[in-house]
Amino acid sequence: MSVLVFVESWEGKFKKASFEAVGYASHIAQQLGTSTTAVVIGDMADDASVLGNYGAQKVINAKGQGLTHFNAKSYSETIAEIASAEGANVIVLSGSFNGKSIQSLVSIKTNSSLITNAVALPTSVSPMTVRRGSFSSKAFATYEASQEKVVIAITPNSVGVTSSGSDSASVESFESSATANTEQKSIDKVQGKIPLPEAELVVSAGRGLKGPENWTLIEELAELLGAGTACSKPVSDIGWRPHTEHVGQTGIAIRPNLYIAIGISGAIQHLAGVSNSKTIVVINNDPEAPFFKAADYGIVGDAFEVVPKLTEAIRNFKANN
Amino acid sequence: MKVLVCISHVPDTTAKINFKDNAFDTSGVQFVINPYDEFSLTRAMWIKEKQGGTVTVVNVGDASTEPTIRKALAIGADSAIRIDAQPTDGFYVASQIAKIAKEGAYDIILCGQESIDYNGGQVPGLIAGLLDLPFVNACVGLEIDGGNATAIREIDGGKETVSCSLPMVIGGKKGLVEESDLRIPNMRGIMTARTKPLEVVAASDAETRTKATSFEKPAPKAAVKLIDKDNVEELVNLLHSEAKVI
Repeated sequence: MSVLVFVESWEGKFKKASFEAVGYASHIAQQLGTSTTAVVIGDMADDASVLGNYGAQKVINAKGQGLTHFNAKSYSETIAEIASAEGANVIVLSGSFNGKSIQSLVSIKTNSSLITNAVALPTSVSPMTVRRGSFSSKAFATYEASQEKVVIAITPNSVGVTSSGSDSASVESFESSATANTEQKSIDKVQGKIPLPEAELVVSAGRGLKGPENWTLIEELAELLGAGTACSKPVSDIGWRPHTEHVGQTGIAIRPNLYIAIGISGAIQHLAGVSNSKTIVVINNDPEAPFFKAADYGIVGDAFEVVPKLTEAIRNFKANN
Repeated sequence: MKVLVCISHVPDTTAKINFKDNAFDTSGVQFVINPYDEFSLTRAMWIKEKQGGTVTVVNVGDASTEPTIRKALAIGADSAIRIDAQPTDGFYVASQIAKIAKEGAYDIILCGQESIDYNGGQVPGLIAGLLDLPFVNACVGLEIDGGNATAIREIDGGKETVSCSLPMVIGGKKGLVEESDLRIPNMRGIMTARTKPLEVVAASDAETRTKATSFEKPAPKAAVKLIDKDNVEELVNLLHSEAKVI
């Protein structure tokens, strides 16, 4: 028996959110007095043994004809097959786009309770009891699993990454016979951008920026910080920025360590997706903007004046630290 | 083409969220169709208008959800099914819907990717798992061609286009149709909705696999620290030494 954790790659590297998931799984494994097994599907560009740094004792690399592209069915069947072979009662995954696509199927195929949107380590492992986000950032709920087998999907950037720095994991391969039931036609991807759901820092802007041509201000600040870029709903609706950047209700919900909102008034629909950010900075020329009530730090001022100054100040800070 | 749209009855976005006896306090709360489901419902109407067929909406809930179901009928769904039960958890709800979906032999099952109240994001995938159907989540584009579908889903930093054969299950969101495409019931729709069939069926036996033991609201935020616009260095210092985020 072991605790299983699904690990994903992005642009040839393991995802940070997956390191977080491995740490989460390893915490549960320690509570249960067992070990942690990471499942990596498909080619591994990265050295799998590094997952040992984050708490995995073993890495299983699954390959098969049905796994050449992501498919919810073949991926979840493979994870379920490995869970059965390993005698795993607990499966952890990150609530990434792929994670959210397989969480339910994995729970069906393993006959497990399913707890999604987890934001903290379990308070009990028997019965499995987990705090999770609820009511679109307006509440937290504690859920208890009724089954012995449990699938837990964690919200990226909620418990953070812990690394021992030195341990390595053994690597085994696994041949999966699972078949896919969708076929990939094409991928349209922006290279080099930090995936929003797991970005630790996010710079976001709204209609206050007046037009898409002014986003260089935002991109410059984001690049300097190593942050992801996001936008409000009106901005994605009028096509200034792609839908994939829309954070808020009906867009993407995020909980970065730092969220900088520029020229966004802070409608309740927007707050629903960002109010769990650990630190919120609001820059707005309207002192009455509702977002200031949800902010930790605020600057009342014109974005076109404040943002270049802030970018400069951060550049100076980075140069001296 | 038989299209099934799963509708969740949720508190309006602006509703105050309170809890009483460890459950959501519904008193004084206005309920609406889950916003994610609205995108799927409008997309279902387009399928019907282009390919022909029928749109049925299904909800798991007690009689209090009927105004929300009637709204979906007023938007244009042809018929509705209410499975008469308290939705105890995602697995229970998905089990109820999967049974109806199988019996009705639907060609496509459209859901919103999650509900804005419990945010489980579980039901669409659970239905797909229970019925062993292709599943596309975070779906932002869908075209039907005969017995096949082409669907676009969000991935990290972009989109992926996939194809599969019907029937299938979709977890939809904005992009499936745009916000400006969403239909608002007109007077004629509201009038005809009253006479459209709303079938109430008894719940089937199904497990509940999770239990919510408590709810709490986030701790209130301390008052915002305002920093002068001519002193942005102060903000940088605070982010470094106080918030410790840079």
